[in-house]
Amino acid sequence: MAGNLSLPEARPVIPTATAQVQAGVNGSDRQVTIGGDWELSERVPSWPTVLGKGPAVNILVIPGKLGKWDTSLVLFLVHGRSWCAAAQKRFNIEALPENLQTLLRQVPEKATAKPIMKAAARSGWDMALDFATRWEHKARQNVSFLGECTLGFMGMAKHPRRFRWLDCLVEMQRCWASALPMVSLVSFLVGVILAFQSAVQLQQFGAAIYVADLVGLSVVRELGPMMAAFIVAGGTGARFAAQLGNMKVDDEIDALETVGISSVNFLALPRLVAVTVMMPILALYANVLGVLGGMTVSAVMLNIPASAYWIETQNRVGFSDLATGLFKCFFFGLAVGLAGCLRGMKCDRSAAGVGTATSSAVVTGILLIVLADALFAVIFNVLRI
Amino acid sequence: MKNNPAMPVIKVKDLTCGYGDNVVLRDLSLAVRAREVLFVIGGSGCGKSTLLRCLIGLLKPFHGDIAYFGKSFTAADTGQRRDILKTFGVLYQNNALWSSMTLAENISLPLEEHTSLSRADREDVVALKLTEVGLTGSGELYPAELSGGMQKRAALARALALDPAIVFFDEPSEGLDPIVSREMDQLIRQVSDNFGTTMIIVSHQLSSIFRLADRVIMLDHDTKGIIAEGVPAELAATSPDPRVKDFLNPGGDLPKRTNDPLGEGLNLVTK
Repeated sequence: MAGNLSLPEARPVIPTATAQVQAGVNGSDRQVTIGGDWELSERVPSWPTVLGKGPAVNILVIPGKLGKWDTSLVLFLVHGRSWCAAAQKRFNIEALPENLQTLLRQVPEKATAKPIMKAAARSGWDMALDFATRWEHKARQNVSFLGECTLGFMGMAKHPRRFRWLDCLVEMQRCWASALPMVSLVSFLVGVILAFQSAVQLQQFGAAIYVADLVGLSVVRELGPMMAAFIVAGGTGARFAAQLGNMKVDDEIDALETVGISSVNFLALPRLVAVTVMMPILALYANVLGVLGGMTVSAVMLNIPASAYWIETQNRVGFSDLATGLFKCFFFGLAVGLAGCLRGMKCDRSAAGVGTATSSAVVTGILLIVLADALFAVIFNVLRI
Repeated sequence: MKNNPAMPVIKVKDLTCGYGDNVVLRDLSLAVRAREVLFVIGGSGCGKSTLLRCLIGLLKPFHGDIAYFGKSFTAADTGQRRDILKTFGVLYQNNALWSSMTLAENISLPLEEHTSLSRADREDVVALKLTEVGLTGSGELYPAELSGGMQKRAALARALALDPAIVFFDEPSEGLDPIVSREMDQLIRQVSDNFGTTMIIVSHQLSSIFRLADRVIMLDHDTKGIIAEGVPAELAATSPDPRVKDFLNPGGDLPKRTNDPLGEGLNLVTK
């Protein structure tokens, strides 16, 4: 081998049982005879082992009894060619079969291979500018979508017969059917958990009956609507995004636009109306289940009869508590619908894009629900309701 | 070449379009006559689909104007745009049939949106359109229940729902076997002859080009515009541009199989 030059990664082995490589001498050059069967599943012979130690020389490769061969032989020759190129020695394969030579020519030599263009390192300022540009584009998309939805609602108010009521009813049915089991379970368990946690503390003060007050108020004002909204965001919101995202990928939304039908009016509005209408109904149902959960724990653990629990709940939870909880639900429903429809209709045209849109719809929906709830908490506090 | 009346139904002037910072077409000008069958051809990435998307309003050009029947499409307001959209139909490469609707509903939707036909009349029109494309009685089927060729026909029926003056086709033979592809070409010819519809077809199927085209325009990725325009047979025979001749005369044999005297050459490992 010449000086500091070495062959690419010498594998620690000897020619395989099937592939045969013999090194001989041809004047001042080394002659390498290849034969046998070469398979990719076997190790590729290493040139240092084949040639042994010594200065770099020209190499002449000739075929011996060559049987079946595949890419492993091409790889062996590529290694040899690279070594010769680095040592500026000749690598002569003219005696090999034409198709083998053709394959070897198709593998670019490292010196002439085009380097992979790595993106130039970007400054913090460039990255910040890029982020701001993308954020601005997204914000513009979101505002534009909101604007289209607003115009759509106004159009619906003016021409209610043009609204797709059947599609809306179908979506309401799907929303209810998909959310009901989860809302039932989660709301009941929320009531149970609240009752357990509060009972432990209140019993110490002989005030166990106030479990009813705590569970009732918490569930009716906050937890019932929020739990229902979270479940709808995870189910219905994701479904909207997936449906509309797939339609985007299949050009179905483009087909609507080129026929002169607004995709927002046709696809998004029925869904928005459906989920906005269904959300308070689901929240009411969640409230009932939450109170029932508390009632169950009180009866079992605190020996508070159901009738006493119910009377205490009625005394404490007023109409304003119920109304504020249900009022918020309209906005929760709108948030879930907007997040799902927006993400779906603006997703990238790929399977990955639809997946991202679906998960993003859930996260965005939950975020909007929490933000809305926080805002209403402040407003109701100011209004003292 | 067919003797079509020389009246441009579509006029494109200095159209420049692309995506983000990437300009795909620059200063492209084009006029399409009534009843003409125009093919837009070119290699991959030359801007055929981009041009189509601009023409049908799905992509806003950077600058330039597209006019239909003398009325600007790019500068149109919502109402004018809606009127222009009614004058053309689109057959998408992947059909883009609305998967949650039956074929009848797919064809009926444009009629519901843009006409005041009664339900019964709409059903009659739908039946007629399905018969025109050879799908009589298939109205209650969903797109997923159809073969690829049938979906193409259904998509064409939908594109023809409003009897448009212009129909755009994006790779109408994509994914079709040669026989079905020929049937599709026959259908396109039939529609063109019966209704005098102007057709703009994006395709690189040479058999369809030579069968159907009155005129072709060839786009080029490097030039970002039109490099050839004319009757396909004439261009194939006489174009001085080797890119055009190579595209329209792809013939040329592959080299003969090499004879490996030492045995079996490259073999896939089968174990």
